[in-house]
Amino acid sequence: MKEAKGEPRGRAALDRRTLLAAGGAAGAALAGRVAGASEATIPEELPDWSRYLGPGVDDEPYGKPSKYEAHVIRRNVEWLTASTESSINFTPLPWLNGIITPNGVFFERHHGGRAEIDPAQHRLLIHGLVEKPLVFTMEDIKRLPCEDRIYFLECAANGGMEWRGAQLNGCQFVRGMIGCAQWTGVRLKTLLDRTGLKPNAKWVLAEGADASALTRSFPIEKALDDAFIAYGQNGEALRPGQGYPLRLILPGWEANMSVKWLRRIEVGDAPWYTRWETSKYTDLLPSGKAYKFTWVQEANSVITWPAPEIKIDGPGEYMIRGLAWSGRGRIVRVDLTFDGGKNWVTAPLQEPILPKALTRFYYPWRWDGSSTILASRAIDETGYVQPTIVQLRNARGRNSIYHNNAIITWLVNSTGEVENVQVA
Amino acid sequence: MSRSRDLLLAIALGTALAVPSLAGERPIGRVPTPEEIARWDIDVRPDGQGLPPGRGTASEGEEIYLARCASCHGEFGEAVGRWPQLVGGQNSLTWDEPIKTVTSYWPYATTVFDYIKRAMPFGDAQSLSDDEIYAITAFLLASDGIISQDFEVNAETLPKIVMPNAQGFIDDPRPDVPAGEPCMTNCVAEVRITGHARAIGVTPDEKSRPATD
Repeated sequence: MKEAKGEPRGRAALDRRTLLAAGGAAGAALAGRVAGASEATIPEELPDWSRYLGPGVDDEPYGKPSKYEAHVIRRNVEWLTASTESSINFTPLPWLNGIITPNGVFFERHHGGRAEIDPAQHRLLIHGLVEKPLVFTMEDIKRLPCEDRIYFLECAANGGMEWRGAQLNGCQFVRGMIGCAQWTGVRLKTLLDRTGLKPNAKWVLAEGADASALTRSFPIEKALDDAFIAYGQNGEALRPGQGYPLRLILPGWEANMSVKWLRRIEVGDAPWYTRWETSKYTDLLPSGKAYKFTWVQEANSVITWPAPEIKIDGPGEYMIRGLAWSGRGRIVRVDLTFDGGKNWVTAPLQEPILPKALTRFYYPWRWDGSSTILASRAIDETGYVQPTIVQLRNARGRNSIYHNNAIITWLVNSTGEVENVQVA
Repeated sequence: MSRSRDLLLAIALGTALAVPSLAGERPIGRVPTPEEIARWDIDVRPDGQGLPPGRGTASEGEEIYLARCASCHGEFGEAVGRWPQLVGGQNSLTWDEPIKTVTSYWPYATTVFDYIKRAMPFGDAQSLSDDEIYAITAFLLASDGIISQDFEVNAETLPKIVMPNAQGFIDDPRPDVPAGEPCMTNCVAEVRITGHARAIGVTPDEKSRPATD
């Protein structure tokens, strides 16, 4: 990763790249808007859809979004990883509404590709320091007491490319390793109540059934608190990319621990120190030491409109839209700045405000057409204040990769273009 | 009356709803046999718990490594393209661009065995024998002199190998940034833009890409 340096290149080239950066269909839609299609005139001709019949109810047994929304897709940053099977894609935050991420665009991070599992053959084994090991079928699990819970899942590396400077020019790419869903399933405690625990049960290992057999250790306290085993996501079964037919959810903690395709829970008396909690998902400091077991996703926020993907089409009234979240509980406040952090105002929060879930904020804004430096800052119920990138670098240097929850800053220039920048 | 009270009680108790099972009732879950558990229970801990019988040396591991690992990780563990570099990078963790490898960064040698066993080779997981995994583990550790070429790695010796970065990790101290009520007005005298994402030019759909090594 390179460090930010130098000034933007020629203005004409930038205009063109901004359109291209929004993706094919988005580029076309933006070009249409720029050409003046947004004027609220009523056309003389009756459009086809007002005259001719549309498709019938059997045309689309499983519905898709409008073809005019074709730009609202997950995107990959090709150069990040060696292969797409062990990689990540990004949720298209600038174009989404509310706090629930649609299943089709929920970000995915796989370590051995997306496993396609026959639920009839899937098993969950619980063993180790339990009184009675048990193996469950999917049908067994669906017979147990269930709950619906709304939680975000955020990759520990969300924002990880921005440690050394502003690098990726898109809201989708700087904060899109996150999604929020209503999950349906069973508390892990419900299952552990059935197996019982030996007195020395202190740690839990979760393992996936995919080709990476990913394993993570976590303390028994989390297992008996809000750890959750989900088979439902936003009203339907989990998508394969989210671990169908069964995944772990450790609310508020880095999403790598919410093991997908969950096939095994082992209870032990010490952590396992798997590759995913030593080589990866540890936070290297300038001293050469590294933080380990950095599980909580600290308070974070991002303005999703305006964003670098979407040019502001002239001065006037707009709604600033954004998201805030905290792995420690509820968001209590979001502040906005329009001058790069000199002065702040508090934005109203949209209900519902749920712990360890995305929270929406909206703020009416009159853009006067002048250069503006926009940013949001989240505060959670523990009093934790989302830090600046300077504060975060002072604490951890520039090589941590993970847990970059620094304030994200958008520079709106006088032509309405929006750019990801860092300020000091 | 008493039934509805029982129901309320059960709701109040949440998961305590489970009622005594009746004869002929379909159970939820069954007790697996030890053989069934052993099929999946492959994890290994730093204290050696879970290590299977078997053995290998670096000399034996070299040939297996070249056949099964080198196409991605390089003949000397130096990596091909973006695939992970496995060895080298000693004392680099304080550098501006640290090189985090098995030998420079991983705290426990047992994790090498565990990870290879469950996930490698990439795309052909769990196809190596335990002897082969011990030998490949030995080959990697010997590449940077952590063990000698003829040191036999097995369930007894692997947990005793001390990795160079064994003491390199500290428990999460976060929050590690300034606490307190945040400033609302006149917070900074001058705002300076220190970085522009456009100047980097690595966003997908833009032409340029960074070096991939």
